[in-house]
Amino acid sequence: MNLETVKLAAENNLWSAIVPELMLGCIALLLLVLEMVLPKKHRVAIADVATAGVFGTLLGVVLNWNVGLNGVETFNGLILHSESGQLMRVFFLLSALMVCLLGRVALARQAMPKVEFYHIVLVVTAAMMLLAQSNHFLMLFVALETLTIGLYILVGYFRTSTASLEASLKYLVMGALSSGLLLFGIVLLYGVGGNAALSAHTANSMHYGELGHFLAANPHNFLASLGVVLVLSGVAFKIGAFPFQIWVPDVYQGAPTPVTAFLAVASKAAGFAVLIGLCGPGGVFAAYNWLTTPVLTVIAAATIIFGNIAALTQHNVKRMIGLSGVSHAGFLLLGVVAAPVAPLALGAIYFYLFAYLLASFSVFGVMVHVAGPDDSDQELDHYAGLAKDSPFLATVLAVGLGSLAGIPPLAGFMGKLLIFIAAYQSGARWLLLIAAAGVVVSIYYYFGWIKAAFFESWAARPEAAGTRPARTPVGAVTGVALGALALASVVLGFYQGPIGAWFTR
Amino acid sequence: MSNLPFDPLLVSIAAPLALALLIALGLPKRWSLMLSYLAFAIPLLLGLHTWWHFSAVPQNQGYAFLTQYETGLGGLGIGLKLGLNGISMPLFAMAGIVGFAAGLYAIQSGAERLKIYLMLLLIMQGGLMGVFASVDVFFLYFFHELALIPTFIMVGVWGGRDRSYAAMKMTIYLTAGAMISLVGLIALYVQSGANSFDLIELKRHLAAQPLAVSVQQNIFGLLLLGFGVLVSLWPFHTWAPLGYGAAPSSNAMLHAGVLKKFGLYGLIQVALPLLPEGMGHWAHPLAWLAVVGNILVVGLITIAQRDLKQMIGYSSVMHMGYAFLGLAAASVLGIGGVVLMMVAHGLSVALMFLLATSVHHRTQTFAMDEMGGLAAKAPVLAAFFVAATFASIGLPGFANFWGELTIFVALWKFSPLITVLAIAGVIISAVYGLRAVASVFFGPASQRMNEVAQAHPPTDLRWAERVPALILLVALLFVGLWPKSLSDPINGALAPKTQTAAR
Repeated sequence: MNLETVKLAAENNLWSAIVPELMLGCIALLLLVLEMVLPKKHRVAIADVATAGVFGTLLGVVLNWNVGLNGVETFNGLILHSESGQLMRVFFLLSALMVCLLGRVALARQAMPKVEFYHIVLVVTAAMMLLAQSNHFLMLFVALETLTIGLYILVGYFRTSTASLEASLKYLVMGALSSGLLLFGIVLLYGVGGNAALSAHTANSMHYGELGHFLAANPHNFLASLGVVLVLSGVAFKIGAFPFQIWVPDVYQGAPTPVTAFLAVASKAAGFAVLIGLCGPGGVFAAYNWLTTPVLTVIAAATIIFGNIAALTQHNVKRMIGLSGVSHAGFLLLGVVAAPVAPLALGAIYFYLFAYLLASFSVFGVMVHVAGPDDSDQELDHYAGLAKDSPFLATVLAVGLGSLAGIPPLAGFMGKLLIFIAAYQSGARWLLLIAAAGVVVSIYYYFGWIKAAFFESWAARPEAAGTRPARTPVGAVTGVALGALALASVVLGFYQGPIGAWFTR
Repeated sequence: MSNLPFDPLLVSIAAPLALALLIALGLPKRWSLMLSYLAFAIPLLLGLHTWWHFSAVPQNQGYAFLTQYETGLGGLGIGLKLGLNGISMPLFAMAGIVGFAAGLYAIQSGAERLKIYLMLLLIMQGGLMGVFASVDVFFLYFFHELALIPTFIMVGVWGGRDRSYAAMKMTIYLTAGAMISLVGLIALYVQSGANSFDLIELKRHLAAQPLAVSVQQNIFGLLLLGFGVLVSLWPFHTWAPLGYGAAPSSNAMLHAGVLKKFGLYGLIQVALPLLPEGMGHWAHPLAWLAVVGNILVVGLITIAQRDLKQMIGYSSVMHMGYAFLGLAAASVLGIGGVVLMMVAHGLSVALMFLLATSVHHRTQTFAMDEMGGLAAKAPVLAAFFVAATFASIGLPGFANFWGELTIFVALWKFSPLITVLAIAGVIISAVYGLRAVASVFFGPASQRMNEVAQAHPPTDLRWAERVPALILLVALLFVGLWPKSLSDPINGALAPKTQTAAR
């Protein structure tokens, strides 16, 4: 390959379209350089650089919201730019921003190298952003592997903690399995799509559009069905849906809390972005809705039931939030099931994801402040008397948990309402009843947590107060961020303004 | 015209919520207390204002004071639409009155962390005003939940015996009821095809294209079950006595008095007019559940109670049975009676909870066996308590009488047998009411009572307690002596509605 070919390839690709991702990559590299050149006492500033970099990128994406690329494919069809892609970029950048902020609090308690944490978070975020915009199975797989490998490292980041290492190993084994399933599914689809004996066969059968055409022309091909189910299994692992949820409690407990938050929010949302691209209206598998809808319906029902019932008995808040996250995946799947039929469903899923982001990071934000040096040891009892000692954290926690539980006037309720309306429109009524029952069950454990933080009777247990780890005071920047999250959760519950109009178009 | 330069409904919702926000942001305690008087007085004054001017104000599509505010979900037909019709106006005014009384009682109560207590009570008050002012079904539900959240916290933090268990049980029961009714409302929204949560729009749409009878019956069943749990329909009532028994007084006043009426209100305002075929299908099972379960079984359980607050809690469950019977009769008379009774019961049960707490201050117990002879030491308290008991039993002169009377008259047409059984319930409530009066205030003082009296000599009702009690009592007497002031607007709202039901 000579220089001319490289130049030609570079010119044909619209690099300006992926500036946000490139920026994150450059900042990630800059962090490593800074660690080498900065004197040791100034290295604490690296976290500031990372946070500011993510914030700047976020600002850039929001300010350049409409760059006129919607519906345009770039990089030879690897990437499709769309409004929902922009939305997910904002989503992942917001998540990364919060993870950086929480990381500062959590890492301060550990004797650990800190730069790599931010470096990997930025790279993983860029991968998620590309994943949400991918329009080709090659892009999908590369982005997915980039983010998964980054997360393997992050989950095991507290390398002196056996819980963290165990979590990392479990995540690695399960992740490798799911990647294998996904890859097998992709290969089957690729192979059958290129079969010259079938109508509408294509040489480029990893491209979403081409494959979608092929599947529409062969809506009942057995090999293709198998491929579809295997790809869905791979994605189900990412979102923690039944029966691929088994890794969730252990990994969530063992991972450093900011990474748990990253897994719970961003990684899950990435899975849903992929799922919408595959099974949503006009998605690749649209012709296989006869197969995907029943499969996803069963998965959704089982996920809601499992997540809620398993969370009931947890005393470790990280396990509890992990399992409650499983049930949230179930509620979101309800939206995906409804999506091919109900026009409201897509907006509902996106709204739900944002409400979930606000609420989850509120809760995780409180968790990093309450946690002690052993990050996996976060029990409900540690929250005793939080309302008295730190009313601010207790309020943020209550708002976050209330929003997760779906109690009005919080944003989580609006998300659930929109999803439920979409589900009813699509005719998935039994699933809706299961989901409604799931909400009632979930009240028990969310309420138990609020109870632990607020009600006096729990604080009266002196042995619990003596053994709980010391809490970290809230810093100014983190405090503002947490306050903003809680405020947004409250306001979005009753006043959605132009945002609401956008989500319910 | 109402002659106010602002929207009275929006202000009555926003004023308590705004003060609650200020307190949350760290308003000093002295200012919080001072402003609380104002924030509880505004809903009261505006409630009375709307009552007074209701007949004179021009009505728009059946609603007075109609206004609409966009919140960003106009595409789904959700918007903050406020207005009062003849059914919601009496309850709106009642919410203002009971809220003011509960607020006054809370301010003087000297509860621990009074600021936060008041903040939660103010949130509740704002939510309650919103429930009855909303014309949009989404916000109807929304405000109900908003008012519900403080209940859980107040029971859990300031509650009495078993507060933790009571708070959890209430939360789960009420969430279950709310979720079932939410599913019913979503079903109504989607099935109607009106693409709107606006009651006026839904009504217009469904009048033009009514739903199939079986669909109406199914949705009505969901709403009846969901709202029924919220109103403590037997056998889903067990949360109520437990919760009220544990709840701090002002919270119990607002919840038992006002918030619990939401379920009935939803049935009357949403389910009956929009699903006219539904009630007929469920009337008989509902009536039997109400008369056997709520009135007779719970009535007998009430007689067996030896705890004053538990007794009031059970009696409120029992009285809801009459309301369900009025609904089952499904005539203008019956439903009008239910609305009157909701107002009357709201005032009287709030008064009972207030007085029960005042009794507790003087006896240090709720166990009726350990009281006695209090009338000699606190004659004014005794007089109030006797009056409240008479109101609650339904003696003429008090508002409750008219509500129960009209329900019984309407019920006779529906089923004479059930009517006879229901009237037997009145005897039950006379038994437990009078027994409570006797064992608390008259007869010889118990051993324990004498010990308590020596330690803290009981005083009579203080003015800070008398004023809220007096407000409630005057309202009860006013409606009792001049029921027309409420029944006219109620009939005005109901008459066209039941014609469509009869068609």
